[in-house]
Amino acid sequence: GKNEYDLLIIGGGSGGLACAKEAAKFGRKVAVLDYVEPSPQGTKWGLGGTCVNVGCIPKKLMHQAALLGSAIKDAQHYGWNIAQPVHHTWSVMAQAVQNYVKSLNWGHRVQLQDKKVKYFNMKGSFSDPHTIRGLTKAGKETIVTAENIVIATGGRPKYPVHIAGALEYGITSDDLFWLKESPGKTPLVYYPFILHLCEIIVYISLTGSSPDVSLECAGFLTGIGLETTVMMRSIPLRGFDQQMASLVTEHMESYGTKFLKRCFPTKVEKSESNRLQVTWKNTDLRTEVTDSFDTVMWAVGRAPDTETLNLETVGVKTNSETGKIIVDASEATSVPNIYAVGDITEGRPELTPTAIAAGKLLAQRLFGQSSELMDYDNVPTTVFTPLEYGCVGLSEEAAVQCYGSDNIEVYHAYYKPLEFTVAERDAAQCYMKMVCLRERDQRILGLHFIGPNAGEVIQGFALGIKCGATYPQLMKTIGIHPTCAEEITKLHITKGSGLDATVTGC
Amino acid sequence: QEAAKYEKKVMVLDFVTPTPLGNSWGLGGTCVNVGCIPKKLMHQAALLGQALQDSRKFGWQFTEEVKHNWMTMAESVQNYIGSLNWGYRVALREKNVTYENAYGEFVGPHTIKATNKRGVEKLYTAERFLIATGERPRYLGIPGDKEYCISSDDLFSLPYCPGKTLVVGASYVALECAGFLAGLGLDVTVMVRSILLRGFDQDIANKIGEYMEEHGINFIRQFVPIKVEQVEKGTPGRLRVIAKSTKGNQIIEGEYNTVLLAIGRDACTRKIGLDKVGVKINEKTGKIPVNDEEQTNVPYIYAVGDILQDKLELTPLAIQAGRLLVQRLYAGATSKCDYVNVPTTVFTPLEYGACGYSEEAAVEKFGEKNIEVYHSHFWPLEWTVPSRDNNKCYAKIICNIQDNERVIGFHVLGPNAGEVTQGFAAAMKCGLTKEQLDSTVGIHPVCAEV
Repeated sequence: GKNEYDLLIIGGGSGGLACAKEAAKFGRKVAVLDYVEPSPQGTKWGLGGTCVNVGCIPKKLMHQAALLGSAIKDAQHYGWNIAQPVHHTWSVMAQAVQNYVKSLNWGHRVQLQDKKVKYFNMKGSFSDPHTIRGLTKAGKETIVTAENIVIATGGRPKYPVHIAGALEYGITSDDLFWLKESPGKTPLVYYPFILHLCEIIVYISLTGSSPDVSLECAGFLTGIGLETTVMMRSIPLRGFDQQMASLVTEHMESYGTKFLKRCFPTKVEKSESNRLQVTWKNTDLRTEVTDSFDTVMWAVGRAPDTETLNLETVGVKTNSETGKIIVDASEATSVPNIYAVGDITEGRPELTPTAIAAGKLLAQRLFGQSSELMDYDNVPTTVFTPLEYGCVGLSEEAAVQCYGSDNIEVYHAYYKPLEFTVAERDAAQCYMKMVCLRERDQRILGLHFIGPNAGEVIQGFALGIKCGATYPQLMKTIGIHPTCAEEITKLHITKGSGLDATVTGC
Repeated sequence: QEAAKYEKKVMVLDFVTPTPLGNSWGLGGTCVNVGCIPKKLMHQAALLGQALQDSRKFGWQFTEEVKHNWMTMAESVQNYIGSLNWGYRVALREKNVTYENAYGEFVGPHTIKATNKRGVEKLYTAERFLIATGERPRYLGIPGDKEYCISSDDLFSLPYCPGKTLVVGASYVALECAGFLAGLGLDVTVMVRSILLRGFDQDIANKIGEYMEEHGINFIRQFVPIKVEQVEKGTPGRLRVIAKSTKGNQIIEGEYNTVLLAIGRDACTRKIGLDKVGVKINEKTGKIPVNDEEQTNVPYIYAVGDILQDKLELTPLAIQAGRLLVQRLYAGATSKCDYVNVPTTVFTPLEYGACGYSEEAAVEKFGEKNIEVYHSHFWPLEWTVPSRDNNKCYAKIICNIQDNERVIGFHVLGPNAGEVTQGFAAAMKCGLTKEQLDSTVGIHPVCAEV
């Protein structure tokens, strides 16, 4: 018989919804299946996927809450009289954030309705290449058939299940944003003895492909006044430019986040006082330590959500190591008429905007006679740590590896945002660098910026790089004064020269 | 500083004629002392006031009553400026540039007379001269203006809180000052003769005005002051302003603690002896016309900065022009300053970043049929939780249909507009087209991705 739908999408996140809405524009019959399996701690959420519910959106809002804490301190230098004490209440923030997220869930439902996309709150799995079996929470089954199917189920945080107690006692980012009560109690600083009363420990592993989530969370938790420790086995922000990564963590350290480097946990137990006791090994000192915390959060990477899809039945190939779905440049899987977009796909950045763009382009190719493929090169991104890091293009290491250190030139500068002066803030890690080819036109290979509003700064330059921007072109661009971004147009000291790269004066 | 790199014997004469109220400042010019720097810092103080309000919605708790202390802010700002003045003195010394705090004027070919604060005169000769005297605020020419009104030259170092303020003017200086004064909690009124932000995209200018009005700033439109009287002396005192309508005979009166004039700036070119060496200036505006190498009609005399005719009055432009000029003169370089697509930002409460053509200018130059305007309102994520305006932020790009839909105008109204605009300006320098813009992935969630 004929298939019910032209397009069926499993997964109502950034990629899935973008694809669905675009396809509907061409007058196609589209359906979306979305289902959230509760986390081990029981957390669940509505339509919209990771970004909206447990990713970018709540993360940036809580990051903003932390930034506002710094703003309150700065304000006093600028003449605002604020009586002490100033403190932060988690539940006020959490509720505000959660309410906003719920409004987005609602907004997505309405949008799908407006665009006549059918929405099923069901968990989908393949019966055959054109048939999906959907299961509701109550166990009711529905069979749906479609000409084309897009898998966009994304990923979920991994648990280090080899660590005793990890699953029972630890939370992940899936849970953090939905906590009703603070993950740590307010410190009672008047006590004469040290009581670890508001401690959270975040463990990040060496393999995190979105390891920035952990640093971002640790960052805002510190910013709202909670005692936060980050434990990591090896290097932070693997895959990112390592010089920039270390500046980011250096700043976090001076900001108040504690770091336990070269350590890994061995077990988590509950103590009599109902706190969590974590035991860990220090690989350098070869010691074993135990300490108590209120919350343990795992940030050891994300795993693709493919287990219950029944991919083997239809023959969709996945990467044996990562479990992600293998796709070609047109987002096609190994099975004709089955596609995949977003975090679930192998070799793609795990970012919302790329999923959205890929989803849209896919719909345009399937139904709109377009042949445009997604360009995954030079995708800009930002890590929203207390001091933000934005980048586009190659890291210095990648550029050296690709072209050889003799063929690249790195321009760099340490600068001080004007707003930090009166606020008496330390700008030691405010830094930027541009990696260029040395040859004639000096094309820009990568741009890295640490400072306030890094995302806003980098976005426009990413456009420039898409246009093949060269160093001379950037130097011809007049700066906007006074901003941090203008320093990019003034970069002129090279790493090779060994000269002091600190920006002075106006 | 650039010339000194090439081992030329360089001298800088800098002198600040005190304001009518007696105010003066150190080395560094307008930007450092009475422009960009103190303006942005006070704008930041106002933004922080807003941040304090937002923070409550994000869970921060502190006393309901939060007041701003002008003196604390002014002192911090002045201290920072002082450090910049000092920094420049040191930099000039280190580079062996001779600096004299004296008023310079031409007295004959290749000869300048420098008069210092105490009236001592010295004569200097040079092979080449660069005029970079900038501008000073204009006064209305009405009774009481110089005696009782202040200008931006006085505002940033005012030793007392200005209180209830009337800002006269509709320039970016007027709106930026009105903006931060209101943000600090003061009662602010802006008196506008005709339109806001002349020369800027009017669609955006009106949005800026609307936003300011909705946020508590009073606007009196189509009136000009005709008299300012002192009601009571003090710091601040009380002033009575009488104003007349531009559309008839209606007269209104108002009482304020401070009247800030921001109606424009005049080039400092009338009293520096330019007639003695034959440098032509525009008699009406006082500005100096130069060729594309910043040369005046007298071959050995050059000019840069705010005094140039038909050029934008911006610090980075002046710096770039000055540097490139020297490189051409002494280092054999050929690069000329690129005055096309110079980005700028107006730091009003809702910031406005722009690069390239305004919509009106684009329509005039290319014709309405040949341009396409793409636009969008947006709601910064950070404004959602504190329930701030959800349809005020705005972005638009203007494309030239006949040239591959090249982006010829970029406008953004929203937080951190300067940071957002800078990169787009660089991209426009690289010939950005709409297609390239569409194919560039956004960073999420930031305002710039819109």
